[in-house]
Order: sequence, then structure tokens, then C-alpha cells
Amino acid sequence: MSSLSVKHLLGIADLTQEDIRLIFSTALNFKEVINRPIKKVPSLRDITIANLFFENSTRTKLSFELAEKRLSADVVNFSSGSSSVSKGETLIDTVNNILSMKVDLVVMRHPNPGAAAFLSRNVDTTIVNAGDGTHEHPTQALLDVFSLQQKLGDVAGKKVVIVGDIKHSRVALSNIYCLQKMGAEVMVCGPTTLIPKHIEKLNVKVEHNLQKALEWCDVANMLRIQLERQGGEHDVKFFPSLREYTLQYGLTLPMLEQLNKEIVIMHPGPINRGVEITSEVADSSHSIILEQVENGVAIRMAVLYLLASAIERN
Amino acid sequence: MHHCCCSILLNRSLQDSLDYYTLLKSESLKINRAQVYIFASSNLFMKPVTLIDKNQLELIINRLAYQLIENHDEFADAVLLGLQPRGVVLAERIKDRLKQIMPEAEIHLGSLDITFFRDDFRRRDEPLKANSTEIDFIIEDKKVILIDDVLYTGRTIRAGLDAMLSYGRPSGVELLVLVDRRFSRELPIEPTYIGKSVDSIDSQRVKVDFAKNTSNDRVLLFNTELADE
Repeated sequence: MSSLSVKHLLGIADLTQEDIRLIFSTALNFKEVINRPIKKVPSLRDITIANLFFENSTRTKLSFELAEKRLSADVVNFSSGSSSVSKGETLIDTVNNILSMKVDLVVMRHPNPGAAAFLSRNVDTTIVNAGDGTHEHPTQALLDVFSLQQKLGDVAGKKVVIVGDIKHSRVALSNIYCLQKMGAEVMVCGPTTLIPKHIEKLNVKVEHNLQKALEWCDVANMLRIQLERQGGEHDVKFFPSLREYTLQYGLTLPMLEQLNKEIVIMHPGPINRGVEITSEVADSSHSIILEQVENGVAIRMAVLYLLASAIERN
Repeated sequence: MHHCCCSILLNRSLQDSLDYYTLLKSESLKINRAQVYIFASSNLFMKPVTLIDKNQLELIINRLAYQLIENHDEFADAVLLGLQPRGVVLAERIKDRLKQIMPEAEIHLGSLDITFFRDDFRRRDEPLKANSTEIDFIIEDKKVILIDDVLYTGRTIRAGLDAMLSYGRPSGVELLVLVDRRFSRELPIEPTYIGKSVDSIDSQRVKVDFAKNTSNDRVLLFNTELADE
């Protein structure tokens, strides 16, 4: 099998295990490409891609843009801050206006969950979800699991704990789906207020004690505390203070050294150094944080390459 | 008799076959009776014809190796680059032979995948699966000998040239092919070293079978309906 079962990449939930394996094997080829002296291939030279970022992003936007350019696609960028969205234009109108300029593929990040799926039903183009609110962030999960597979050989049977703000994290949900589809066991760990109710329904274990979670796992994925999603100044906070969160859920080097095994540390970035993870851990040999970033470009190239092959020529 | 076979078994009209036979007979193409017979008989039995058998292949690889030595001495400035997938196997065979002839020489061999450089992306139903590229030497200012099994339209080699250039700027490039399907080029690309020239029609396919233990090596001419690939 050499094509995806889906026309859009809206979430990991829609993908089959074969789809994920195909994306991984294609990404492996692209990883070799981006380590060449000349890192560019002409595959997508007749494709135009619009990057629509209705929410701030540095890494994902940069990573997508690099992936697109290394595939020789034409790229247009759009950020909501400087656009007509602030003048009251609807999402469908904005996107249709961009599409009438002959754009073949849309990469979109949006603060509302389901925005990508909504768009895929209402406009005639291929959509790649680059994060929709607190719902999914499929390419991040793909690159996380791909990085793990590169590090460990195979993720099937491995135990992965996702630590931190599970409630607001699209990375967590996508990772849960992706890890489970590849045969890994998943646990989530965090304060009760940041663990969604009924999450056990997804077949994940729940743990509130970081030390116990670390003893159980082979891999710890430390999520960022999303300060921008912790409610306004007058709302009730999800935890009393950052300092208290750090004391209970911050990962430190002594905690890792206490374990009688080596575990892999991941972080989707951007890191709040000294909050969810200390600098020593982030920069230690346990961490594969920078590999994740490198693999991000290869994974996004693979996703774009595979989706673009289904776009009809006009 | 030949046009008779052609017409029945190629499922072409008699007139088509007559035209084709006249074309084959024409002086300018210099095709001999034996070659015409390959077309006719391959269709007669509807099964593949062996163009090159194991012994011939050994002779051809031997000759190609000596031709390479003639041009490149000890391979101080030259490197071999096989195109994935079957060009790599051929390149390995040639390298093995070169090593037998010149045990002292250091011969570099790389494999090049051209999938992302093809010009038919989105003109196919499914995206092509890529192979690995392994080039652990520097091609800058080297003479690169590109190696592939069959040269047909020339498009693969065009893509190969592009793919190769993303590793540097060689001082020169040569092309070695096992089978050259003449008169079917869509691009102005010609080989430097040729194993065997073959005249075939578009509906036929040439397939190089490299067996694991070399005992079953052969090159076959198929009719499209039978070609499994």
C-alpha cells in the first residue's frame, strides 16, 4: 500500500495503523533528503500551499514552511493578527478567497476545536490540521511517535506517560491515539483539575503522582503548562500557583537518577524551563527534544507529499 | 510469415503489422531477421523471451568492467552510482568483477533513489514508494558512472542526474546500462556503455531478473499483458 486512506489530515483518529506506517517510512526517506548538502527535491513544484495560522506558533509554522519549501512547493503565509479576520470575515470566506487565488492545499491552525474538520466539509481543498484548539495536533503526534520509534526501535508494548495539562492539550489527545494505534500503553499524569473526566474511556491509565508514573513508564512526554489557557485573571485557576505545580509535577534530574532504569524524555516545545522540566533534564542525554524538532520537518514533508499526490491536476 | 505471426498475436490489424514489418525491414534501422523473430516468437507463445541468459550476462559484465577500466584506470577519480532498485544490483555485480580484476583498487559504490525527482508525480494513481539513497563519499569533482538496468525513455536517467546533482558537482557523468531499448527515447540521453541493444515495441517490457545466488540471472522480454510489474 502506498497511499493514505484519507484525503485530509484532520486528526490521528481518522488514520489507520497502515497510514501511520506509510507516513513513517516516507519520513525516513525525507530525513535522508534533509541531511543532503542540497536539501531540496522537486516533487511538489506544481503545488501551492497556504499556511493559515489563526493562532500563534513558531515551531510548527516554521517546520511546515521548511517542509513545503524543501518539497519545492509555492508557499503563502497568513497570520490572523495582520489579516481581515479582525475585520469580521468568516472562516469559510477567508479560505475561499485564498483558494480562488488557486491554492491547492491548506495548512491551518485555529483556536477552535473542529475548525479543520469544519473547513474540510465546506471548502473544496485538501486540509492539513496544524492544531485545532484543544482537539488534535496530528503532525506533532506523528513526529513524537516517529522519534520514539527511531530511538527505541519499536513503540509496540512500550509504556508512555504524558505529564501535565492534559485537559487543554491537543498534543496529548493526538499522542494518545497515535501511541495506541502503534501498540503502546499510555498513562496520563497531572493534577486532577487538568485531567479530563472520563479519560479512562480512551483506555489510558490515570496517575496523579509523578514519581509513581516515572517508575511505571519507559518514556515520559512532558507537556507545557499552557499559561494562555489557564483562565482569565478573575476565573478560578486550575492550580494554586506555578511554584506548586513545579514542586509536584516538575521533572528534575535527581528524580531520573533515582530510577533503576533509563527513560526517554520528550517535550513538544516550547519549554518553560524550570516549570515542567528543569534545564538539566531538557539538555541531558535522556532527552530527545531536538530530534523531535528535526523529525518534525521530515514527518511534515511525508504528510504533504502523500496528500499532494491525491490532488487532481488542473 | 513474420507479419502473419505479428498480426495474429499482437492483436493488431494486419495493415498495422505490415506497416510495422516494413518499418523493421527498412535499411535505416538495420534490424536483422533474427531480431524480428524475437517479436514474432515472443508473441507466438505469449511467454517471455530470454534476451540475455546467465552466461551471456557474465560475459557482458566482464566486458563492461574492462571497458570501465580502459577509461578510468584504477578508479582514482571515478565512482559508481547505481540507480535504485535494480541499477544498484547491477552496479554491485560490476564492482565485484572490478575487484576481481584489480584487487588493489579502491572502488566507491553508492546507491541513488530518484523517486522524489521524477517528472510523473501526480500523473500516477498512487505515490511511488521511495528507496534509500546511500552515498558515503564525495562526488564533487569526481567522474560519476551512473548505472541502471534498462534505458528506455530516458526519463529515469534525467531524474537521476537531478538527484545526483543535489550531492555536488561532478567533473563528468557517464551512463552505463545493461539493456538499451533503442528508438524509444523521449529525451536526448544516450548511454556511454551498453550491455546489449534491443529493439522492442512500446507494448513490450524488458525485465531484468537478478537472482540472489546469480544462477538464475536473466533478462526477459515481456508482452505487457504478461508483465506482472
